[in-house]
Amino acid sequence: MTEGTRMRGFALALAVTAAAGTILAQPAAIGQKSPAAPATVRAANASTAKVSAAARALPHFRFENFTTANGLPDNHVFAVLVDGDRIWAGTENGLGLYENGRWKTYTPKDGLAHRAVLSLALDKRTGDVWAGTMAGLSRISAGRIDTYTQLNSGLSNDVVYGVSVEGENVWVATAAGACRLDLKTGQWSLYNERNTPMAEIWTYAVSAAPDKVYYGVWGSGLLEYDQKTGRWDKYDDPDGENEMVLFKDQGLIHEIVTSVSYVDKIVWAATYFGDSRYDGRYWHNFLTKDSGLPSNFTNFVKGVDANRAWFCTDKGLAYYDGANWAVYRPSLSTGKPEMTVRDAQGHVAAAPVTSAPAHNYILGIDFQGSDIWVATAKGLSHGIRQPSATQDRKEP
Amino acid sequence: MSWGAQGRLLAVSLLVAAQFGAGPWAGKTARASAGATTSEPLVYASPVEILFSPDGGRLYVLCQQSGEVRVLDAATFKPMATVAVGNVPRGFALSPDGARLFVANSWDDSVSVIDTRSLQVTATWPVGAEPSALAADPAGKFLFVTNRISNDVAVLDAQTGTEEKRLAAGRGASYMTASADGSRLYVTHVYPILPAHGSALGNRTPPESEITVIDTARAVVADRIPLHSVAGVFHVAISADGRLGAVAELHPKNLVPLAHLEHGWAFEDTLTLFGADVGAQPIEIPLDELERYAARPFGIAITPDKSRLYVSNGGSEMVTAIDVSRLLRTVQARGQSFVEDLSASANYVVARIAVGHDPRGATLTPNGRRLFVANRLDDTISVIDTRTNRLAATIPLDGPKKISVLRYGEQTFYTARYSFQGQIGCANCHIDSTFDGLTWDLEPDGFGVDIVENKMLEGVKDLAPYKWNGANPNLPTECGPRTEKYFWRSESFDDLTLADLVLYIRSLQPRPNRWQSTDNQLSAAQERGKQIFERTQDNFGKPIPEENRCSYCHSGVQGTNRKLFDVGSKKPTDSSGLLKTPQLTNVALTAPYLHDGSAPTLEEIWTVNNPADKHGRTNDLTKNQLNDLIEYLRMR
Repeated sequence: MTEGTRMRGFALALAVTAAAGTILAQPAAIGQKSPAAPATVRAANASTAKVSAAARALPHFRFENFTTANGLPDNHVFAVLVDGDRIWAGTENGLGLYENGRWKTYTPKDGLAHRAVLSLALDKRTGDVWAGTMAGLSRISAGRIDTYTQLNSGLSNDVVYGVSVEGENVWVATAAGACRLDLKTGQWSLYNERNTPMAEIWTYAVSAAPDKVYYGVWGSGLLEYDQKTGRWDKYDDPDGENEMVLFKDQGLIHEIVTSVSYVDKIVWAATYFGDSRYDGRYWHNFLTKDSGLPSNFTNFVKGVDANRAWFCTDKGLAYYDGANWAVYRPSLSTGKPEMTVRDAQGHVAAAPVTSAPAHNYILGIDFQGSDIWVATAKGLSHGIRQPSATQDRKEP
Repeated sequence: MSWGAQGRLLAVSLLVAAQFGAGPWAGKTARASAGATTSEPLVYASPVEILFSPDGGRLYVLCQQSGEVRVLDAATFKPMATVAVGNVPRGFALSPDGARLFVANSWDDSVSVIDTRSLQVTATWPVGAEPSALAADPAGKFLFVTNRISNDVAVLDAQTGTEEKRLAAGRGASYMTASADGSRLYVTHVYPILPAHGSALGNRTPPESEITVIDTARAVVADRIPLHSVAGVFHVAISADGRLGAVAELHPKNLVPLAHLEHGWAFEDTLTLFGADVGAQPIEIPLDELERYAARPFGIAITPDKSRLYVSNGGSEMVTAIDVSRLLRTVQARGQSFVEDLSASANYVVARIAVGHDPRGATLTPNGRRLFVANRLDDTISVIDTRTNRLAATIPLDGPKKISVLRYGEQTFYTARYSFQGQIGCANCHIDSTFDGLTWDLEPDGFGVDIVENKMLEGVKDLAPYKWNGANPNLPTECGPRTEKYFWRSESFDDLTLADLVLYIRSLQPRPNRWQSTDNQLSAAQERGKQIFERTQDNFGKPIPEENRCSYCHSGVQGTNRKLFDVGSKKPTDSSGLLKTPQLTNVALTAPYLHDGSAPTLEEIWTVNNPADKHGRTNDLTKNQLNDLIEYLRMR
């Protein structure tokens, strides 16, 4: 058993344990790591229904949706960021801040680099929010906005698709390469085809941690920066095929990487042709044909921990707990709220829900305790976690 | 004598020798001038800040030029001890229990930790660039340090000095005051926040500053109080009940010709009030009165009973006493800022008390009965009785009693007495003998004509000619007739005073460059940038004409050949496009750039303002190369 499968086994066992329990405990925080399950439970299979109880125990949410009708700056939400009780929404027409039940909108009049906010990152130490826009990078710090552009700073390009803060460094993914801003010295370092293995410089996403920084590059796979050595490495689609997957689980699923999330030393990488998980030795690919992924066209991925991740696709929001899948969306056919679960054996069932994310086209997600906030093409959704056992009882 | 003090003495000695041995002033002797009594290079205490020990028994005096903390008996004012600290200390603070005194050594980038029982320095912590003020949180967990050069507040572990993070503050972050309960810190900055866009013609805007409010328990920025039209912000005071905050500041009127000094005033000397006593919006109030200006407000203190508020005025060499009740009544009645009203301060200013040269930090005794003010350029402390608002005593600090030429020159630089009605002094625009980050319309040639960016003074000796257009052949001309005529609207320097002023300015050495490595080795990016700076061919292999190479105009150690060139920055309202090549010394600090400040950042000199390659051949550069060039310039 590989390390990866062992970890997935732990998560499955935990889910089974939760489903079999009789106490309606508060759901575990979505963004928090799963506690390890006892070995004796690990192999248990308490499922008696066609779809395992583990799948049925996947998180249920009641979605409250925000649109311009209730204060959201714009319905097209590119990114969402949770900072405690404050919710930031990067929209096509301004940066929204939801606080104390009200929306405040930042626009270029306030100093924001551009009205279209593509990416968001939180400096957890300082509380500063970094916003990547279509015309530069802005820092929002206690209401003050400082903007960096390719003209007034060392930023390589104004189209900022991704941003990530780690320590004193702000890592930026732009349409013309990667950048690092050292906040202490003010020095910008540029990374592109001149000094990295980047074949294309259209960097689309970045995820930084103290040991590694990963860049998702549109058409040039996944780039890895080792913080200790300062060296770059590159992961490509091993079959080099854009239209098909010849070598599954042998590398990155595709060269067009749209999003990357590095957590617990695991890389979760999204592409428009499926998704990948990499533990440093082994790759695992996710495709609609053999997973619960609702679409291979994935805009965004966010790992919860080494085993769990959320996938934002053009056909709904998917959650993967290491074995089972849940999909949340308005039905593709009827538009009615829909939640489907798929267990490790491939059994699929619908779960009764009365609400769904604002739209199928999902662009981003962040966690607020056990709740989720979801950026969609037609609104921002707050997924309020519901006790799963109650839902189970209602299940037909 | 500490190594630092010895070093400074040697430096001053050499410097004075150099001044009188060469240059336009060769042949003049350092004889007594109107105020100077010796040409000896002397090191003065130069007190800038004062603190009481928690029990009120001791007075700690931070002495900037001698690099010391002087400890006095608070009852008798007799010296108890002298503790040598680092170079150019600018601020200090006690730990919550009073057991440790932290000192920010601004030119050493360090904090001296003094054990207040043994009065010994027990540790020296390396910190950020130009630490200026300190504050400890009530729990004793964090020590906050303002960094003037990196424009932030470092959060240190109060026990080890390890830096945990930095919080973005205003440009030139310098002074910091805790609320009475210690839950909030109020941080100010001496240079205005850079505008998002260049300040050339058509888009010049009033300066903007802020008070950065820090939540000390979480060590995050909780709020930013905007200070509109303000540039140059100094000490903050918070009343004991936490309901009234006040900050001492400059309100420059740099968008109109400075010649208007004679019509009204070029700077408003103001306070911005904030807090529950004031209401939701801060209100800016004037300290000035017609013909009674309160030039350069700096230190500020509010009595514990909130009856009086005191402000030290460095340029006017006085302390302004304000009746807080009357002030608040006026503020309530007005409901908004009223800085333009030169009759308003008569409603609340109850005394203007003469003190020494360049009064700085102001501290009240714990019972509020007496105010202590550090007279930086007198080596004295003024003691003011707060019941009578009269000077009760003047405490002399140990040190030279003679006034050196440089000392007198510095006093001349910092006083406002020479300008029309005593409105401004050199230090209004050259804060702490540097610059102010503003562009000015200096001369009476019409609104908006010949806008110029203010320059850093450090290292300007031997850089003649002066002015952006090179019209002034030497510093005596620059500082004498030109300053008196156009700035002061008076002609009140006598020859010797002007000579001493010039010698002081010539003595200003550049502060350490924070982008240079300690071993003087260039980083890889700096090395690449140096090659671009010195290149003779462009990226296409074409020769770059000599006059279009960076290294031609910006040659030599200071980065200027002192000649005039047209770099394509002329605006329709500029008299000439021929401009003197500015020095590069510490160029990273002195934004905005170009003669009229039309480039807020170094990058914009070339990304926006060099379309015809007249300011060096740069349009062939890649972004990587431009970044490297800037890294090299920053370490000059």
